[in-house]
Amino acid sequence: MIRARVILPGTASGRALKVAALSFWGGVDPDTGALTDPSIAHHGERIGGRMLFVAEPRGSSSSSAVMLELLRNGHAPAAIVLGRVDAILGLGIVVAREMGWPAIPLYELDQREMDRIEDGAEIGIDAEGQLSRLRT
Amino acid sequence: MQLTSDERAALDGRDGPAAALAMRVVSETARMMGAERLVSVESAHIDGCLYHGDSGTLFAERLVEGGGRTSVPATLNVGALDLLHAGRVKLDTRKAAMARRMMDAYVALGCQPTWTCAPYQAGHRPRTGAHVAWGESNAVAFCNSVLGARTERYGDFLDICAAIAARAPDYGLHRDANRHATLLVQCGGLDPRLLAEDALYPVLGAWLGRVAGGRVAAFAGLPRDTSEDRLKALGAAAASSGAIGLFHVVGVTPEAPDIATVFGGAPPAETITLTGAMLRESYDRLSTTSGAKLDAIAIGSPHLSLDEVRRLLTLLEGRRSRLPFYACTGRHTLSALEREGLLGALGDANITLVADTCVVVAPILPNIAGATLLTNSGKFAHYTRPNTGYDVVFGSLSDVAESAAAGRLVRDMSLWR
Repeated sequence: MIRARVILPGTASGRALKVAALSFWGGVDPDTGALTDPSIAHHGERIGGRMLFVAEPRGSSSSSAVMLELLRNGHAPAAIVLGRVDAILGLGIVVAREMGWPAIPLYELDQREMDRIEDGAEIGIDAEGQLSRLRT
Repeated sequence: MQLTSDERAALDGRDGPAAALAMRVVSETARMMGAERLVSVESAHIDGCLYHGDSGTLFAERLVEGGGRTSVPATLNVGALDLLHAGRVKLDTRKAAMARRMMDAYVALGCQPTWTCAPYQAGHRPRTGAHVAWGESNAVAFCNSVLGARTERYGDFLDICAAIAARAPDYGLHRDANRHATLLVQCGGLDPRLLAEDALYPVLGAWLGRVAGGRVAAFAGLPRDTSEDRLKALGAAAASSGAIGLFHVVGVTPEAPDIATVFGGAPPAETITLTGAMLRESYDRLSTTSGAKLDAIAIGSPHLSLDEVRRLLTLLEGRRSRLPFYACTGRHTLSALEREGLLGALGDANITLVADTCVVVAPILPNIAGATLLTNSGKFAHYTRPNTGYDVVFGSLSDVAESAAAGRLVRDMSLWR
């Protein structure tokens, strides 16, 4: 059983999308949710509705703004699981909540545990951060 | 988490709805990051004024409507428009109007319209040891590392909320224990000609960003007279290739008088001895193409200082750029250039000045499919491809000047081979 630490609460499910390192600013198109950085895995795919696993959150402080825009326009992931807690993405979610827009949960998960998640698998996560593999 | 009675009163709406919202965002961030309390801040640098979509404009206007007002000095990072040179940014009319509304909202909140990512060269220099709340990754790295003031890497929205609340979460780089280095990077064995070259510093920064992870590094063996412009280039590159908020240079930066002090008396957890081969790899990784094609040149990330513009003019020796050439800077440097009578020389050199914004955050570069940009900035090198679609070639400022004059790519790579 894999259990993530809950940073911002909620429940979610969706297909896992795993990236090693990602900056939302410069890495995600705020209009579409597409991964724009040619140097990362899944380049061109959209993060909307996915369970996004980011082992190493990186780079710009503008990532909060990209997160907020994705939440407002409906292209946000279903949930984000970070290898290391990072306030920048969380802020975008906190502000969305303040603005009355849809928010998503945020979790932290140890790198070794994250390695056990299969890329592309259907994953559910509950309010306690318990991850489960869903039958499809 | 412990809040003071003053902080609770703000949360309860004593100072109006915007101040309450700001305090909620600051305290919620503190909770997320496991902080036990908030810390008073003396100043803020705000990155949230760059338009990424209507959501950010609506948030800033919500704060204005709620009577929000900064309670500490706050400078503004770049916006998505060049307010001094109409037409330079090719944003569509609707987005330009929203970007303008956003910039106006931040000014209405009491922020200073500095519009620069190098506020530390525009007179905003908190004292060593001061707690501040700064956004924009290069500004954060410079503020912590070179000024020795204390800020975490604050994202958009927390910056303005901290400026209104005059508080930030007390965690991370606000705390003594997290400011000591654990990674020692020995540079003493590097070729002295490399240490004397400006282009080394962004290459070093890009390398650090990739290897450091969440660690604080201290460089040893860099020249004692390493300039602020070189430290700025190092920090900007490190903060774009990685999540670097603080680095030290032994004998140069304020918290690193010697190795024992910067490591807090503990031995380094890891020591890396830098070699020419490691730097060569980092240098090569800053370019996305090895082709010889070149369509445009851009410098000024972070925004150019007066010294950097002077060096460019010296290297150009009166020659004109034969390629579109963008030099990005802030109003602080523009007014210095005007004072020194250098604007004419830049015009004669066919250099396009970009103020208040830059070429990777706003659509400025000519719209050419499959084009390539030359830059001496590690940060531009990192963001050009994803943000503009251009391929990028990294070179020194001399390469920039020679390529501009020749109208084709000219790079001297002898130092790196």
